[in-house]
Amino acid sequence: MSITIGAGIHPGPRKDLKVAAALGRRRRRMDAIVRILGLVAMLVGLAFLASILLTLAYRGSEAMGLSIFTRVTAPPGSEGGLLNPIVGSLIQAALGTAIGTPVGMLVGTYLAEYARGSKFGNLVRFVSDILLSAPSILIGLFVYTILVMPFGGFSGWAGVAALAIIVIPVVVRTTEDMLSLIPNTLREAVIGLGAPKWKMIVFVCWKSAMSGIITGILLAVARVAGETAPLLFTSLGNNAWSVDLTKPMASLPVTIYAYAGSPFEDWIGLAWAGALLITLGVLGLNILARSVLRGRK
Amino acid sequence: MSTTAETTETATKGFGGVQARSGAAINASRISIRNLEFFYGDNRALKGIDFEIPDRQVTGMIGPSGCGKSTLLRVLNRMYSLYPGQRATGEVLLDGENVIAPDADLNALRAKVGMVFQKPTPFPMTIYENIAFGIRLHEKLSKSQMDERIEWALTRAAIWDEVKDRLDASALGLSGGQQQRLCIARTIAVRPEVILFDEPTSALDPISTLKIEELIDELKRDFTLVIVTHNMQQAARCADQVAFFYLGELIEVAPAVQMFTAPKHAKTQEYITGRFG
Repeated sequence: MSITIGAGIHPGPRKDLKVAAALGRRRRRMDAIVRILGLVAMLVGLAFLASILLTLAYRGSEAMGLSIFTRVTAPPGSEGGLLNPIVGSLIQAALGTAIGTPVGMLVGTYLAEYARGSKFGNLVRFVSDILLSAPSILIGLFVYTILVMPFGGFSGWAGVAALAIIVIPVVVRTTEDMLSLIPNTLREAVIGLGAPKWKMIVFVCWKSAMSGIITGILLAVARVAGETAPLLFTSLGNNAWSVDLTKPMASLPVTIYAYAGSPFEDWIGLAWAGALLITLGVLGLNILARSVLRGRK
Repeated sequence: MSTTAETTETATKGFGGVQARSGAAINASRISIRNLEFFYGDNRALKGIDFEIPDRQVTGMIGPSGCGKSTLLRVLNRMYSLYPGQRATGEVLLDGENVIAPDADLNALRAKVGMVFQKPTPFPMTIYENIAFGIRLHEKLSKSQMDERIEWALTRAAIWDEVKDRLDASALGLSGGQQQRLCIARTIAVRPEVILFDEPTSALDPISTLKIEELIDELKRDFTLVIVTHNMQQAARCADQVAFFYLGELIEVAPAVQMFTAPKHAKTQEYITGRFG
């Protein structure tokens, strides 16, 4: 190369200050336009979100009261509450997560630690990703055909199974992603001490990835807490108090779905209150997930 | 060795300002490498290596990036076995056993041949648990025996005074240099016979580097040490025997003083005087 840097000799024509100034003006004009477009898009998005949240907070808090947590659902006009849907949702979401999480964690661990680059691993990952984005009503119908029809009726267990199937791919994904972030030298350091692979995974890899995995689990809980479609075909809903998982079981989303479409004022009010409860629950879980993730540092 | 007196005299006249430690005789062999070949898939990374690693001395391995020195280090504790597609042929004899034989007990081998990495690799647990983890893999100790062993390991790694009041604190809160000494403590706590160092100071500041180098000097009384380094001064300061690798071949192996004052091969001389690499 014959170009000498810093010697005052540059290839091409001399720099024209007028051209430079014109280019600068154009750049600033484009910047202003893009900035305004971005601001408008943000305001539109936020306006819808704020409208939804404010309506929900207003209508929900109007209908909210202590009786919602103390009374079970009742016919219109007889001052019912939401106790059985709340408890039903808690039971089904908790059991669904408790069943789906270990399965998801083991599959995610298999993908990250044992099946890197293997054909079977890629297939499992592909299927899990499809399941992750599958419409949840399909999962409800699937469980309906394998757990509801053969056993002769809707049940809490069928609802739990549907929610567990939704939890699994979410946990698979986060587990694999979090384990993939661990540098290989850390794995080699454990192996280098003479540790078998399973001890490396359980005592070091899982421990390193734990806050990320917990975040994923919390987000999965938040997702299943609001699912309606898979429960419509599985646990159905139950207007009476029941914690028997072999019988149909009430849940908040299904109750909201049923009440919101009804012509009765008090039921519609209860639907708003239920919607507010779920929203607050999901919001709380998200905040918890974020603080767990931040606590890693 | 008869060259000892002579090499001591020439020790001050190294190439490019590199001064080798005063030469001591090279000890009897601890690890014998015979006709070692290594493959990453179809790519031959080590070509017919024959090489003796002396007992309780420091062997430095130098050479430009990609020359195979780290590959050789990872053969000695079979680290490569973690990765499908990597394989070695030939013989690596440690205590009469072929390390690279398919039926070798890898966990036992790694208890005998410890490794310290380029970047510090503290485990996400307390300082105490970091050391205890490796010990528990191979021994059942009572609480007092365990405490004693951990103090011993941390003392040998010259970090006891800095951490003795916070053994229950997370190891992730230590500085980089402290973390690296913790990793050395963790390795010696398992009481290996051989310790492999893969560029152990390239991520550390000069003061931490000095501490690690002093530590290496101290550890060789009890352990056989092999160190891969890009730093010629470090090889000269620490090593008793130096091996120079180039393009997967072992070009030259000699006592450190001889290597840095009178290398036999032109390629070695070019490398240690900084003309390539």
